Amino acid sequence: MSELFRTCPRSGLVFHKAAESLIKFNAVTAVVFLAVGGVLGLLVVMTRWPAVHLLSADLFYQVLTGHGIIMLLVWIIFFEMAVLYFCSSTLLRCRLATPRFAWLGYVLMLGGAAITGVAILQGGSSVMMTSYVPMPAAPHFYLGLILFAVGALIGCFVFLGTLVVAKNERTYEGSIPLVTFGALTACIIAIFTIASGAIILIPTFLWSVGYISNIDPLMYRVIWWAMGHSSQQINVAAHVSVWYAIAAIVFGARPMSERVSRGAFLLYILFLQLASAHHILVDPGVGTEWKIFNTSYAMYLAVLASMVHGLTVPGSIEVAQREKGYTNGMFEWLRKAPWGNPVFSGMFISLVGFGFLGGITGVVMGTEQINLIIHNTIYVPGHFHPTVVLGTTLAFMALCYFLVPVLFRRELFLPGLAKWQTYLFGGGTALMSLFMMGAGTLGVARRHWDMAFSGAPFSFEFGGAAYMMMGLTGIFGVISVIGGAAFVIVIVGTILLGKKIEDKSEYSTARPAVLPMAPPAPANTGTGFIAPGTFALAVVFLATFVVYYFLNWMYLSSVWPMK
Amino acid sequence: MAEPVQRNTNEQEQPVPVLQQILDNPFLLLFLGVVMPTVFYILWGVMEIVTIPMAN
Repeated sequence: MSELFRTCPRSGLVFHKAAESLIKFNAVTAVVFLAVGGVLGLLVVMTRWPAVHLLSADLFYQVLTGHGIIMLLVWIIFFEMAVLYFCSSTLLRCRLATPRFAWLGYVLMLGGAAITGVAILQGGSSVMMTSYVPMPAAPHFYLGLILFAVGALIGCFVFLGTLVVAKNERTYEGSIPLVTFGALTACIIAIFTIASGAIILIPTFLWSVGYISNIDPLMYRVIWWAMGHSSQQINVAAHVSVWYAIAAIVFGARPMSERVSRGAFLLYILFLQLASAHHILVDPGVGTEWKIFNTSYAMYLAVLASMVHGLTVPGSIEVAQREKGYTNGMFEWLRKAPWGNPVFSGMFISLVGFGFLGGITGVVMGTEQINLIIHNTIYVPGHFHPTVVLGTTLAFMALCYFLVPVLFRRELFLPGLAKWQTYLFGGGTALMSLFMMGAGTLGVARRHWDMAFSGAPFSFEFGGAAYMMMGLTGIFGVISVIGGAAFVIVIVGTILLGKKIEDKSEYSTARPAVLPMAPPAPANTGTGFIAPGTFALAVVFLATFVVYYFLNWMYLSSVWPMK
Repeated sequence: MAEPVQRNTNEQEQPVPVLQQILDNPFLLLFLGVVMPTVFYILWGVMEIVTIPMAN
């Protein structure tokens, strides 16, 4: 059968028909789940806001379980499937390998998410996303997760198969583009993640139906986190790829050094998943050597990679802007950036928020000694919301503002709202996360219905500052949800009501032109830095990093005064 | 549609560096990306847990 391709006249992107349908279905399904997870997030935040305290305890844990699973797994992995198909078939201008298997993967993911959703709605599976044993959930809670994971695994192998197709059919010159290489990194981490999930969730499913008598809780925790944390590392690799893609789309930016950026992705492949160990830092069953190797020596190499990406993405934008003539002072390139374009603003807020809030706090949490002062407090979601929500979700939102009009051939619906949405969502999430961290540093527990401990046999009274922090978490959490709702309105409105674009591109069987090798980045012929503004921002980042790191050691010293 | 960039023949004939060959092989990267965390995180961690002495 002949393969059908079309070339988008506005973007120049080449879409294989089967891949285009899969990208659309996966992305739209992801956005629907984002909307559901956002409503559940609103209920969570309105309960943790002490003055509101909306839900009953039972309902709170049920809603929190749904929020965690939908946002951390379902929304993001559906969208990542769309990203994988886009980065392989579209960017390499080739046919998607085995579209039928890709559809099978989609159906399994959707079915699995629905089955786990039903289990949560039935009320007997309010076990949080972590579902630590021996706390039992209904068997179909685990079964749904397993089906979802199998579907995602199929998607990963379709991506790898497409790379093979592109290479065999010589649809590109040289190496695969950097953005596709980043997607490959995400795919590799996903395969390890899903394999780890299978190792622990299949026995746990068998335990839930009575075939296995016991699952060791510590063994469960160690292997579960190889899935639980690595699933968030897929996001990191995917959203960094999106940063590079948007820098190229908006500015025509080329990576400052392809070699360095690819080397940084290689560090992700080798070391990023090891950071899972920081969840086990207070468990006595594993030794100090295991903890320190995995969370310090190895994890710091992955942190180094993130800092490389955090430097090279804005650096490449600065170089591109300076080539266009924005050369006055250190920051004209940044001042004259298209801040009213949500594709750029979303990406840049994602980059800054991920680095300053998610990245720095991740290193703090990965340090065994200072982890003790915030372990299992609300500081932990205060760390991963800037990572997963501000970093990943906002980057994916920014990509949607570019891709949805291209895929659906419609103008963006309510562009004025889209312009403000990234600031509303980014600002709300950043401040919510900051106040969560503040409350966590004061000891407020995560995943806890009532910080007042009403009716508990032993009373504990948090100070007024902790209540104020949780109140502010509530206020900015609501703002973040409003920002998320604005995104859903714009995207759903674009698909259903957006003005049709005059696009006469038709599908044809003509083979697309070979993707040429990327031209090398311009050499720095001057004597100074090629991107001085980015260098200055990097110095500010490192100074913040050092000050905050040592501040936490100071907090630790006040926990156990040494006199 | 963008046309392939004309390149110097000598440049095309240069041997591909070893690191580039590794980076261009997705299945080798997949192997490395699965083996590293499996050995250092899962196997090492599981060995530590199974060697915890049983309480009497």
